[in-house]
Amino acid sequence: MFATAAHLTRDLDLAEECAQDAYVQALETWTRTGIPDRPGAWLTTVARNRALDVLRRERVLRRALPLLVADDSVPGPDDTFAGDDRLQLAFTCCHPALSRDAQVALTLRLVCGLSTAEVARAFLVQETTMAARITRAKKKILVARIPYRVPAPEHLAQRVAAVGEVVHLIFTTGHTAPIGAHLVRRDLVDGAIGLARMLHLLMPKDAEVTALLGLLLLIDARSDARVSATGRMLLLPQQDRTRWDTRMIAEGAGLLGDALRRRPPTRYAVEAAIAAVHAEAPRWEDTDWVEIVALYDVLVRLWPSPVVELNRAVAIGLRDGPRAGLEALAPLLDEPSLATYGYLSAARADFLRQLHRWGQAAQAYQEALTLTDNDVERAFLHDRLDEVQAHRGT
Amino acid sequence: MAKYLILIYGDDQQWGAMSPEEQRAHDAAHVAFRDAAGSAVVGGEELEPAPVATTLRTDPAGRVITTDGPFLETKEALGGYYVLEAADLDEVIALATRLPEVSAGHSGVEIRPVVDHG
Repeated sequence: MFATAAHLTRDLDLAEECAQDAYVQALETWTRTGIPDRPGAWLTTVARNRALDVLRRERVLRRALPLLVADDSVPGPDDTFAGDDRLQLAFTCCHPALSRDAQVALTLRLVCGLSTAEVARAFLVQETTMAARITRAKKKILVARIPYRVPAPEHLAQRVAAVGEVVHLIFTTGHTAPIGAHLVRRDLVDGAIGLARMLHLLMPKDAEVTALLGLLLLIDARSDARVSATGRMLLLPQQDRTRWDTRMIAEGAGLLGDALRRRPPTRYAVEAAIAAVHAEAPRWEDTDWVEIVALYDVLVRLWPSPVVELNRAVAIGLRDGPRAGLEALAPLLDEPSLATYGYLSAARADFLRQLHRWGQAAQAYQEALTLTDNDVERAFLHDRLDEVQAHRGT
Repeated sequence: MAKYLILIYGDDQQWGAMSPEEQRAHDAAHVAFRDAAGSAVVGGEELEPAPVATTLRTDPAGRVITTDGPFLETKEALGGYYVLEAADLDEVIALATRLPEVSAGHSGVEIRPVVDHG
């Protein structure tokens, strides 16, 4: 609905107002008449009419205001129309003329509909800072006339890649929230998957987009099993695999197969393949670590990053034992970009614990604890710390 | 339609050190750019190197001070500009990408929307 209003007005602030007006009108009308069959379409229509009203008035009042009606014909409210609009908005929000921070913030605020406060919390910045970032980006869209449309075919692949990176970033931030009471932030995860689905509808033959959607589904399929009934975090070995969403796994694996058939594997395809190997193991003990390490070897070449190196080192430890794992982690300890990355400390702590090096393990768990503000992760690390402290005492 | 200023920045010394063939290729690329942009080009000039610039400011006492050299002493100097008229930023980016200064290592272009006072 917001996207439709933005499409008509080219003014994101005005579109937000129109969308809010539509909600107010909905509350008044629906309490009298009941909720319509398709509330989304109803809201979209109201927001569009409101935008047209405001536009007509604005045009008379301030001719010079650079508001453009992108499309004169106003199609009826149906779901594909709304989908197209959201997609156009996503391309605008992820335009390369905007910084990556601004792209992510705008996409969450305008395409996924999160409040500024929620976006600020997801990325650990003050609400006022985030509000300023969003305002500046919206101003640039308006003043520099960043167009509101799906890019031309010759630029599409490159532009889709940028949207894909933003979607991936939103997903990983939601998958393990850096701060807060919940391990997973559903709003971010669902927003990212929704966007990935839209991209895939637009470009069903693009291997990278197909792989991205597959990756998100394969990882999200495990979400329910990651937290116990009492709210405790469960790692892969402890998870009840019957709680994994088999339908999502099947869909993800199908997309991955599609992506792999199309061209040599790319980053998301290899990441999805790793997730698929986990998904295919009926029990933790059945995990094919040889295959996973081999996939990480490919990934390190395709997408060299310290975080990938870290994951590869952990996989080596699971294939060859904790001593080999510690050795593989050792070169990463001096990596500046991992200095505040809690998973490095947590991975080391776990290998040290398995080797019964209780003192060092305790120290590493304490280090990991200082590096996360997610309550569920903290509770997990505290449990492990208590366990090694108890051994240390004996 | 909106107006955009394309500011061409680069290293004056490297521009000055171009061989005759490089200079010819460079000029031909600008001709090709103007051909491609057609009526979108509203204006544009090549500028004499930054060292010949003259800068005017006032001192704390309010007197106008004339100094030799550009306003900003930077390695990358303003070497020229175009004014383009286009429907949106993507059109400008598509055209400006053809400028030879975008592909040369020491130079680049900056796109600035022009304020519409109309």
